[in-house]
This record gives sequence, C-alpha cells and structure tokens, in this order.
Amino acid sequence: METIFEERQDQIQVTNAETAFEIACNKDSLAGAVSQRACVFCGSRVVLYPIADALHLVHGPIGCAAYTWDIRGALSSGPELHRLSFSTDLRERDVIFGGEKKLYASLVELLDRHQPKAAFVYSTCIVGLIGDDILAVCRKVTAEKGIPVIPVMSEGFKGNKRAGYLAACQAMARLVGTGDTTGISPMSVNILGDFNLAGEIWLVREYFKKMGIQVVANITGDGRVDDIRRCHGAGLNVVQCSGSTMDLAKIMQDKYGVPFMRVSYFGIEDMAQALYDIAKVFLPHDPDILRRTQELVRNELSGLMPRLKALRKDLEGKKAAIYVGGAFKAFSLVKAFRHLGMKTVMVGSQTGTQEDYKELAEITDEGTIIIDDANPLELSRIVKDKDVDILVGGVKERPIAYKLGVGFCDHNHERKLALEGFEGMYNFALEVHRTVTCPVWRFTPRRSGVPIGKAPASETFTATNEEA
Amino acid sequence: MKDGKPYVSTTNACKLCKPLGAAVAFRGIEGCVPFLHGSQGCATYMRRYVISHFREPVDIASSALGEKHAVYGGGPNLKKGLLNVMQKYGAQVIGVATTCLTETIGDDVGQILREFRAEFGQELKLPELVHVSTPSYEGTHMEGFHAAVRAVVEQLTESDFGPKHGPVACLPGFVSAEDLRGLKALFADFGLPITLLPDYSESLDGTAAADYEKLPPGGTPVAAIKALGGSRACIEFSRCQKDSLLAGSVLRDTHAVPLQRMGLPMGLRASDEFVQTLEHISGRPAPEALVKERGRLVDAMVDAHKYISGLKAVVYGEEDLAVGLTALLAEVGIHPVLVATGGEPARFEEEVAAVTEGLVPMPLALKGVDFYDIVDQAKTLAPDIVVGNSKGYRVLARELNIPLVRVGFPIHDRFGAQRVRHIGYAGTQELFDRIVNAVLEKRQEESPVGFMYI
Ligand code: SF4
Ligand code: SF4
Repeated sequence: METIFEERQDQIQVTNAETAFEIACNKDSLAGAVSQRACVFCGSRVVLYPIADALHLVHGPIGCAAYTWDIRGALSSGPELHRLSFSTDLRERDVIFGGEKKLYASLVELLDRHQPKAAFVYSTCIVGLIGDDILAVCRKVTAEKGIPVIPVMSEGFKGNKRAGYLAACQAMARLVGTGDTTGISPMSVNILGDFNLAGEIWLVREYFKKMGIQVVANITGDGRVDDIRRCHGAGLNVVQCSGSTMDLAKIMQDKYGVPFMRVSYFGIEDMAQALYDIAKVFLPHDPDILRRTQELVRNELSGLMPRLKALRKDLEGKKAAIYVGGAFKAFSLVKAFRHLGMKTVMVGSQTGTQEDYKELAEITDEGTIIIDDANPLELSRIVKDKDVDILVGGVKERPIAYKLGVGFCDHNHERKLALEGFEGMYNFALEVHRTVTCPVWRFTPRRSGVPIGKAPASETFTATNEEA
Repeated sequence: MKDGKPYVSTTNACKLCKPLGAAVAFRGIEGCVPFLHGSQGCATYMRRYVISHFREPVDIASSALGEKHAVYGGGPNLKKGLLNVMQKYGAQVIGVATTCLTETIGDDVGQILREFRAEFGQELKLPELVHVSTPSYEGTHMEGFHAAVRAVVEQLTESDFGPKHGPVACLPGFVSAEDLRGLKALFADFGLPITLLPDYSESLDGTAAADYEKLPPGGTPVAAIKALGGSRACIEFSRCQKDSLLAGSVLRDTHAVPLQRMGLPMGLRASDEFVQTLEHISGRPAPEALVKERGRLVDAMVDAHKYISGLKAVVYGEEDLAVGLTALLAEVGIHPVLVATGGEPARFEEEVAAVTEGLVPMPLALKGVDFYDIVDQAKTLAPDIVVGNSKGYRVLARELNIPLVRVGFPIHDRFGAQRVRHIGYAGTQELFDRIVNAVLEKRQEESPVGFMYI
C-alpha cells in the first residue's frame, strides 16, 4: 500500500500468499505523525490500575494523573481506591530542587488517609529527568508504614506502551510470593491480563466455578493486593492479552514453577477453546472436569447461537477494520467477525510484536492491511479505500469512523460494555449490528453522496409540497 | 485543607495541564495544527481528553521524544516533526507548545524555530510557526490557553497599523463552540465586524463531512490575526488572570488598541455590561430582539425565583467561568457557598466578592484546590446543587446526593458539551433553565407523591 508517511513504509503491510510477511514494529513513534499511541506510563497505568485496594500515586506534574483519572471501565467488587487520581502535582520548585520530599510527604499523607494494602508509585518523564530517587523513598515509606510501597519505573519517554507493561509486571512481581498459600487447591488458576471491564472477570470466574476451578487472584482486574501476594500458590496462570502480563507469567514460571497458558475470552471459539484447554490441564486431578466443561459450553451456546443468527443475516458480507491497543485482542476479533459473516480488511495495533503481526497475517484473508502504530491520516485513508462498514477502536479512533460515515465499536479500556465470554459475544454482535445497520449512514455526506447541508431531492417531498 | 493548611498531595485534580489549553486555543486558528514538543504520551492523552468532550477529530502532533532526545535535546525531532506536519497536513500554521519534559531539558524552541526557518525557509513554503512555553508545573490548562492566544498575537500581529478602523478584536477565553457562534451573531446584530480569537466554533464542532479533514474548516484567519493591530477596540473576557498573561494587553500596549476587559458575560449584570460596551463601540442601541431577550430572562428569573431562592450551591471549574457562574447564581438568590478553582489565578477571591456583593453573603472562595479539598469543604456546607464540569459527579454530587449541572470543560458524561451555551442573555437563560429544572427534577423524584404539576 502506498503510505502517507514514507518513514513508516515498513510498518504497514498487505498480506499476500506469495511473499513472506515482514513488518517493523516496537519502534518510537514518528515525530509529527499524530500517533494513536501513548507512553510507557500509560502501559503501566493500564495494567496496575485495576488493583482496587492499592493506592496509585503518580509522581509528576498534574497532567499524567489527571488524564488517567477514572477513564477506564475496570470494575471492583469491593474497594474503589483505584478510581481516584493521586498525584504529587510537581511544581517549579520541585523540578528545580527535586521532588523527593514532596513524594515522601504525599505518600505518608495518603497512606494515613486511605490505609491501602499497598501503594504503587509511578515515575513519569519529569521524574526520570530530575533524577528523584523514588526507590529510596519507597523503601523508606515501606519500612515506616509496614505496607509494600512499590516503585513503577514508567518514565514516559523510555520507550512505548510495551515497556510500561514490563515495568508494571516487575512491580507486581515484588508482591508475588510474599503471602501465605495455605488453602489453595491444586485445581486453581490466576487470571492474568483481564481488566474486568464492565465486570467481565465476573463472567469468567463464573465459568471457572462451574468447572470446579478455584481462582486465587485476579491479576489485575478487580485485583486485590493480598491475592497477588499469595498467587504463586496457584496451579496455573491463565494469561489473556499476552502483551500486558506475559512478563509476570514468565517471572512466575521461572521463580515459582507456575505454568502459564495463553487464552482469549473474546468470541465463541476462543472462549470455548480457553475453557477446554484449562480443563485439560486439570484432567489428572479431576477426570470429570472435561464433561462439566462441555456441558457448560453446550448450555451457553444453545442459548447464544439462535440469537447470533438473527443478527448475522444483516451483517453478512460487511467489512471491518480493527485498530486496538494490544494485538492479541485482534486475533479474537477477526474470528468474531467471521462468525458474524463479516470480513476483516484491516487490522492493527499500538503495541504488536513481530509474532503477533505474523499470526494476524496468517489468520486474515489475503489483501488484508496489517498496520503498526497508526495515525489518523493512515486510518482514515484505509477506512475509505477499503470502504469498511465498521471500525473497531477506542475513543481516539471514534471520530475517524464517524466523520467518514462508518460504524464504530469501542473495544478499548474505556468501554463500559462486557464483550468477553459467551454473553459478551452477543453484546458484541448486538453493538456491531446496531452501528452497522443504523439508518444514519444514509444521511452522512460521504455515503449518501449528498453535500453537507443540502436536503436530497425527494420526489415524495416535492409531490406533497406541490399538493399543498 | 487541614486546619487551614494545604495538603501536600493532590487527589482528583480540579485542573488540567498547560499544553492542553494551548492545543485547544491553537485549534481555533485557521489551518493550524497544534504540536506538542515532548514525549508522545502527553499529546495522546490530551487528544483523548479533548476528543471525548468535543466529539470531533483532534489531531495534535508530537515530537515524540525518546530517551536519547531527553538527554541530547529535542531539536532534531522537533524539526523532523514540523516537516512531517507541513507536508502531510499542509498546515498553514503550526502552534508549538512545550511540555514539562522539554521545558526541563531546556530546549529553546524559539531558537530551534529560527534555525528551522533558516534551514528550510529558502526551498519550502513555511507555515506560520507560533510557539508558547507551557510547562505544567507552572500553571494550568487555563493559563496555557491564554498564553497561547497571547503568543499568537505577539508573534503574528503586524505592527504598522495606523487608524483603528478594523474589526473589533474579541478574546473570549475558553468558552463553548456554541458560545463562539453566539458571540459572532451578537456582534453582527450591532453591525460590528469582529475578529474572534480563538474561534473553534467550526473546527471543534464541525458538520458532517465527506472526508476526514486533515485541517477542519473554520478558525480565525491568519490575515485577520495579522491585522489585529488595526482593531477599533478589543473586548477581552477575564477578570481573574493577570494583565501580563492576556493577549489584550499586547494589543493595548504594543498596538494602542483600546481595551475593554470584563468578566465572562454570564448573568444579567455582566451581560448588560457587555451589551453596553457593544452599544458604545457601535454607536447603536441594542436591537429590539436583544432587549426582548433580556426582558424574557428577567421574567424567567421572577417566575422561577421561589423554586431556587435561598438554595445553596457549590461552584467549581476554570477561574473565570467559576466567577461568571457565581454572578449568575447570586442574581437569582442562590447562595454560592463555595466557589473553587484548581488554578491559581492572580485574582479570585476579590472577583468572587465583587460579583456577589450586595446580593448574597460572600462565599468561601478557594483557589489551587483539588476535589478532595472541595468535597471536604462541601460536606460541611450542605449545598443543594453543584455547578461545574463532569469531574465532580462521582466524588461530589453523587456522594452528597445533589444534582450536578454540567458546565465547562471537560464534560465527558453527557452529550452535546460543545453546544452548551453560557454567555449573554440567551446563554444565561439556558443555564438558568437547566439549573431550575435540576432542582425541580430532584424535588419531584424525592417527593413521595410525585406531583405532575409543580
Ligand atoms: S508531562 Fe506535563 S505536559 Fe505532559 S501530560 Fe504531564 S503535566 Fe501534561
Ligand atoms: S509526561 Fe511522560 S509519563 Fe506523563 S503523559 Fe507525558 S509521556 Fe507519559
């Protein structure tokens, strides 16, 4: 494809059966290109944010904390400390003389006020620059207050969002292994990389319960510090959204011998596959688990399939473009669209790896555009050229779709609709259906071909007018 | 605030960061792409924030600095980014705002832009390049907004304008897109040509388009900005900011444009002052329709007064907006018991005092506070209603179980923020109706009887 930014040529590829698939990724964003991507801090914040009984203190000037205040849909079944926005709100004198004193005083003040189970202290660009020793401050407060105060080395400029995932995993790894593991069944899992958007973890936990599996910790959605401290006692780590918590799973495997498995809870196949795969792991402990799992899946599907079918008949043959934060989500989305009779013509992400993109190239049809770290110019161009019917993305992608008269599905951290699990597949299908089949597109200038502000010539109207 | 001592930490800030304000202001200039000199994250977060409020594409470019730039300086990336924005967006103006990062590493953006012009000015047609210094550790989004408008006037307005026959310069501050449209209509009613700066009434509230517009239409034309020195007068809305931060001062001091600075025309008296100023400048009386608008507003205030008179309100948000809202509430007998802003403007308490004097008791006026402070105070004041942006919903209004009338920026949990009208008689009327209805709705919902006739 002819690209808009020559320098990004190697980050956009069209799948083609003849030639090998090569794409560049994990690079710094191009200056002046209006990337859809945020920063290292953003990556850390996304991952750790849903730990609901921890205090999340952003050490930096106000913006970094203000922009991340309660913007996500991660729900908690108990404490909601994560939904507040704490900042050291650095001022000029702190930047000149250093912010350690303010950080210390803020921590003490906030810990006394909220009595959290642990605190995470996020380092932002400025802090990296002025060289505050946040490790030392965290150590000091840990000793004084007797709770873990954990630094997250998430200076925004030190890479992209992926580096933030790693920093978050390293921070969590400091908690893991510090709690008592008694009472944990061998048939137990930790849920990694799910953020409990709109309560999705509650759906998944329900499935596990029906299968007879104990959940030790939700990492990170609806997360609790004490659960994470003891989660090394679980029999298996089930990792979703591989990018964000894979590092933690690997650390836990090396250190505590907990095996891990990659899953996705999006879409029918992936959800069912996840449950069967997990069941197989526990088969030696409980030969009946497979039967229970089959029953669960059968029950869920028998309700779901007819409802999906009704929606599918309107969606057959429509085209989708996908642009999400983590590439892993995209795999499931491609399959989910296929279930609805739709075709994916573009798929991209902010943080995909070589392997992710290769896999995407394999599961999509020939001619699909694969794109890394896109921007509005490229996205709008592709949406138009491919004449898609729906764009999947987040808040920043939404106006791109709408301006072009195209439907939109919010599949980012801000969404308030559960899309995981079997029930989630129906929600997804319904949302896609609502937007794609909405009559509003008939009136938008690009689709209707009618210029802005002009009423289309209509015979019926004219006739009525004349009569009058 | 504990025993009058401020807290060290900030919980739920009642302000945003400085470059965001600059980016919004730059979007109000025709053909302008806002450009943040700093790491990628800042620009992306701000885009997301502004998009959620306006529901429009908001392309804010970034120099996307990485670690090595933070060490060796961001100049090369800034230049590369400018070239990309010029070529791919075809920008006529690029508004460069610094971030905390580039301020701290000490990048001299003025100097980098001079080098850029020298390097590329010969072979390429360069856009206008405006730069503004916006470290967030030194101010809020409001100050960033004003600083950007001032930078635009300082850097683009040409000097040799003799007689002051040009359009009236109107510097409205951070109001809604609908307010901007309302202002233009009002000036037209007086037959006064106007240069509105900034003017994002179209660029941040566009029509359905046939294409993704790299440069959305609308905005103050550069030619009009260049000619601002010839304005017959300048009307600037701000009671709270210091003189040296505001663009009107530049027009007055450098170009000898007569400056009329006043509060946001919210409420009856401030709107009267504004209308009188327009009468004075145009030499025409207010048109009949406007006089009737005023009459209807007073009539409505009388009709509704018993529903609201004596109620207590908490007001928060951008400083000038908070003062304007206070004025409006006081005029109808609602006691603003707490007026708060996250910024630290030059004047606040005295302006709150000025607009409430003789009407209601002096409210508690707090600046530099966060929502923790606001909630803390509000709990002891037993307010009946809250007026401010969306961010006070969960921590304040829901907590106290009182209605929140959403005004200002950001409004992320309601639809149509860009079309909310606040200023002039018409804006006051709309706000007033919303306030009264919020009170009635709550009364109705909580009534065991549920009257359908109130
Ligand atoms: S670093 Fe400064 S400019 Fe960037 S988001 Fe944080 S406060 Fe805003
Ligand atoms: S200052 Fe750094 S950490 Fe904060 S938003 Fe900007 S890039 Fe991210």
